[in-house]
Amino acid sequence: MPSTKFKLTIGRATREAYGDALLELGTENRDIVAIDADLAKSTYSWTFGKQYPERFFNIGIQEANMVGLATGLASSGKIPFISSFAAFVLCKGFDQLRMGAAYPRLNVKVIGSHGGISIGEDGTSQQSVEDVALACALPNFIVCIPCDEHAMREAVHAAARHDGPVYLRLGRPKAPVIHERNVAFTFGEAIRLRDGDGLTIIANGLLVGQAMLAADELAERGIEARVLDMHTVKPLDHTAVEAAARETGAIVVAEEHLHHGGLGSAVALSLAQHTPAPMEVVNLGDQYAESGKPDDLMNKYRLTSAAIVEAAERVLART
Amino acid sequence: MTAVEPVTIPDLETIARRLRRHAIRMIAEANSGHPGGSLSAAEIVTALYFGGLLRHDPEQPDWPDRDRFILSKGHGAPILYAALAERGYFPVEELLTLRQVNSRMQGHPVLGVTPGIEASTGSLGQGLSIGIGHAIAGRLDGKQFRTFVLLGDGECQEGQVWEAAMAAPNYELDTLTVIVDNNRYQLDGAVEDIQSLAPFADKWTAFGWNVLEIDGHDMAAVVEAINKAIAHRGQPTCIIAATVKGKGVTFMENNNEFHGKAPNSEQLAVALTQLAEKD
Repeated sequence: MPSTKFKLTIGRATREAYGDALLELGTENRDIVAIDADLAKSTYSWTFGKQYPERFFNIGIQEANMVGLATGLASSGKIPFISSFAAFVLCKGFDQLRMGAAYPRLNVKVIGSHGGISIGEDGTSQQSVEDVALACALPNFIVCIPCDEHAMREAVHAAARHDGPVYLRLGRPKAPVIHERNVAFTFGEAIRLRDGDGLTIIANGLLVGQAMLAADELAERGIEARVLDMHTVKPLDHTAVEAAARETGAIVVAEEHLHHGGLGSAVALSLAQHTPAPMEVVNLGDQYAESGKPDDLMNKYRLTSAAIVEAAERVLART
Repeated sequence: MTAVEPVTIPDLETIARRLRRHAIRMIAEANSGHPGGSLSAAEIVTALYFGGLLRHDPEQPDWPDRDRFILSKGHGAPILYAALAERGYFPVEELLTLRQVNSRMQGHPVLGVTPGIEASTGSLGQGLSIGIGHAIAGRLDGKQFRTFVLLGDGECQEGQVWEAAMAAPNYELDTLTVIVDNNRYQLDGAVEDIQSLAPFADKWTAFGWNVLEIDGHDMAAVVEAINKAIAHRGQPTCIIAATVKGKGVTFMENNNEFHGKAPNSEQLAVALTQLAEKD
């Protein structure tokens, strides 16, 4: 059982890590092409763009057209990374992603920045809380929400290596450092951050740090929690979910997403199909949020370690 | 690349009639499909695939240097499948499996399923953006291939078409050519009555395109316009081809009932007679 408590150290934002990783990729591989829809400074695709202007296209505020370009580029052998706010590229480009990336299984990398409500003050129109559901609905897509700068770097490189469509969600705020640099990272394989036999907390994105804090809090009450960084929602690591159910007997899923169609839905389906176990969720529920400071929003909408502890108590009461 | 055999305009006209017969038979056999928009595009598709204009190789559908043809108005799939079959991409007999289960002849074109198909279309408005992507990839790789995108006029009500129309001239994509099959009808009726595109040519000109207006059933004019588009430098070309929906079958011409309805067996017989080989 862990002897040291998790220290929440704030690192870089995953969007910053995306920009750096894309630049690395661009240097290694001439087929990497980036397109942004007038948010290049926010998504950090500009880090690549200023270095490789001939392979960077700021298409303007045209998300549908951007996805279409990526389809053509991928069909002609390029590896396009297309970025915008997650809310815009998924919602405004959805049909184009369906027809032009998912259905023909083309090598298009979709980068949705400013995921979740932690983008803060800009409010609901910019807060992407449906993106995981939308992306998971698309056949052939890998859907991944890395939790920190190190996982993001590995995910970007993994996306480039994978031949097929990938969705990566980036976050706006500085994110807690969870992993070491060069962390072993494979799409579809959960990373066990902490072991325990009392229950398992399955989280992704910013909720991974909260899960670690919650696990320490539970440990003080004599409950040892396993914590999984379930960065990939699709394909889900069914083996890790099944082991968690069998070995710990209770599950809490925590994510910065609506109730329907996110990690909670995926884990619930996996449990029901393979190894039924009681499960509780920490998520946004079936509602939109509002403007506010990121921390204020995370507190108000209960995406916190305290909410995870309460969910753990609820789920353990059911065992 | 296939050797370009010398073809005359009358040869091309004969081929266009043959493609029309294929398309009508296919749609009748499937008892579903879109005859009107296949028939209106017959000369355009014939000129590209049989007039020595499209550099391609049926033996190597993925040849990196091939010219790309994207049927953005995906419901015109039968006329394109007919051309691809006659060019040798797959057996002509396969055409009659259109829209049947387990067939490569999907109701609308699907990339990766049918040899020679360059994009999955059928959700209108997307082909031009995809064409821009191909053209940019070609430029990045220093390749000389050309990209042709066939749009429907009704399709040009889609906003994405104008996003793409805005972008292509800004990238000075002179390897890109749009051809609009301007048959003046959409599913619910006349384009003019539903959501007029006028002034249509002026819109493309204002967006920065080299615009050519032709009779889309005059084979010599179609060939000449495509050659002009190929030769034009510095901006993409938009060929607005005035066409007749259902062209070649009298009871289908300008009859929007046949936008998306198959002919019955009697109608098929009449249509095939009207489209028969001329001596």
